[in-house]
Amino acid sequence: MAMEMRLPVARKPLSERLGRDTKKHLVVPGDTITTDTGFMRGHGTYMGEEKLIASVAGSVERVNKLICVKALKTRYIGEVGDIVVGRITEVQQKRWKVETNSRLDSVLLLSSMNLPGGELRRRSAEDELAMRGFLQEGDLISAEVQAVFSDGAVSLHTRSLKYGKVSPSLVKRQKTHFHDLPCGASVILGNNGFIWIYPTPEHKEEEAGGFIANLEPVSLADREVISRLRNCIISLVTQRMMLYDTSILYCYEASLPHQIKDILKPEIMEEIVMETRQRLLEQEG
Amino acid sequence: MAGLELLSDQGYRVDGRRAGELRKIQARMGVFAQADGSAYIEQGNTKALAVVYGPHEASGRAGWGIVWPWELRGSRAERWLGDLRGNGRRASVYTADAQHRISLGVNIRGSRARALPDRALVNCQYSSATFSTGERKRRPHGDRKSCEMGLQLRQTFEAAILTQLHPRSQIDIYVQVLQADGGTYAACVNAATLAVLDAGIPMRDFVCACSAGFVDGTALADLSHVEEAAGGPQLALALLPASGQIALLEMDARLHEDHLERVLEAAAQAARDVHTLLDRVVRQHVREASILLGD
Repeated sequence: MAMEMRLPVARKPLSERLGRDTKKHLVVPGDTITTDTGFMRGHGTYMGEEKLIASVAGSVERVNKLICVKALKTRYIGEVGDIVVGRITEVQQKRWKVETNSRLDSVLLLSSMNLPGGELRRRSAEDELAMRGFLQEGDLISAEVQAVFSDGAVSLHTRSLKYGKVSPSLVKRQKTHFHDLPCGASVILGNNGFIWIYPTPEHKEEEAGGFIANLEPVSLADREVISRLRNCIISLVTQRMMLYDTSILYCYEASLPHQIKDILKPEIMEEIVMETRQRLLEQEG
Repeated sequence: MAGLELLSDQGYRVDGRRAGELRKIQARMGVFAQADGSAYIEQGNTKALAVVYGPHEASGRAGWGIVWPWELRGSRAERWLGDLRGNGRRASVYTADAQHRISLGVNIRGSRARALPDRALVNCQYSSATFSTGERKRRPHGDRKSCEMGLQLRQTFEAAILTQLHPRSQIDIYVQVLQADGGTYAACVNAATLAVLDAGIPMRDFVCACSAGFVDGTALADLSHVEEAAGGPQLALALLPASGQIALLEMDARLHEDHLERVLEAAAQAARDVHTLLDRVVRQHVREASILLGD
């Protein structure tokens, strides 16, 4: 078996190579943002001794009278209408607890869930007992945020046909977060940072309602496409580029000449992402 | 070592520093991609690694939260992992990715019996690698020194993190000392501060820490292992620099109260110097990320 060994090497930070600089006002905790008391304080700030002080490290954003500091990295904060991909962690009395990379686990109420068969009937006691038959711990789902509780926990619903247990047999729609890439895979970009990649089913089926679990093994060609996509997405994330269908597609095309496992090497990653950036700039300009 | 002079007549210490001089500090943020926040710091020869998870749903288990990769080899860790999986508790194991980043251990979620209704729970775990001291020594996870350090770290960070903003959730801070050459508490606090900032958890201010001692009528700042082992009084101070408030002050030795003022001042000044350095590191990191994201 051939083995590859690499030694760590100091790399020049990418920002130097891009040659740009930021015009934003960057702060760290403890910095005074302003002593003017006319402003309202938003996220990432707190009031201390008549001064507005930052509480996270990030950039200051000012909208009229509201000042907030946007941190570089936070857990997902739910907004109504967002699409999320999550994993079931617990089955409770009339609801499921879903992990969505946010501060608290989200809840999926039984009444907000599509039943197989698609009927719109009241949820009875038998449904409660059969909850584990629909969704178990560890299952992946895609859902939409219905409401946000006061402490930040998020309530999900899977009412529409396009949500539910994530499986290849979901009906595809032309919605912003559900993408079919021409390379033969489909992507669901959850707003919470979780991304689901799956092979595009060959035929569009008109679903009678509810969901069907499609458990056929995925072919090798599809799996290669999926792994290549995954590595591309990881390289985009490491180089901190925004993820949307065009950027993922360009990155995928730029990575075709390399082997799948080479994409994760730092030099090749930088090369691919630079090429993607170029193409995106050309497309805009 | 008989006759070791901690402070020479010309005012130089064993390693050539002046009384109030700090050791060289190097720090980096965002060393682990999988964790919410992470940081690595070197203060002279003392090296510490901090990893932060959260805020996330509160779990019932503390203290056994993480198994570091160099501990995963042992059969004890493997048996423990097997028990977890057998109990049906969800245990996720993170592994090394192709970029050869170090693999993290296990993160456990359990019942939420310990969640606080109005604020976040801060859970700190301290651990010292077996290869961190001059002699290789196996330290079990629940031993007294680790527990005490964990408690001290928790008190420090509960004072600094704005916990009211995250009710019912939990913030886990794990610190690992890779090489201990004096000032381990200070290095842990500094690393944990950077990691918490990396995770985007709101804090009142930086928490900067430094140790100080007293020899021959002079207060020394940032003690190394040789100076600590010599047996004089040592003080560890964690400070919030902007307001000058003390988050934690710890000393277990005997010191005449006349000298306390001077030693405290030396430690405070050293902590402020540490703050200057950490501030620079954080600004650099934020600037870099901001440029990459594009305006």
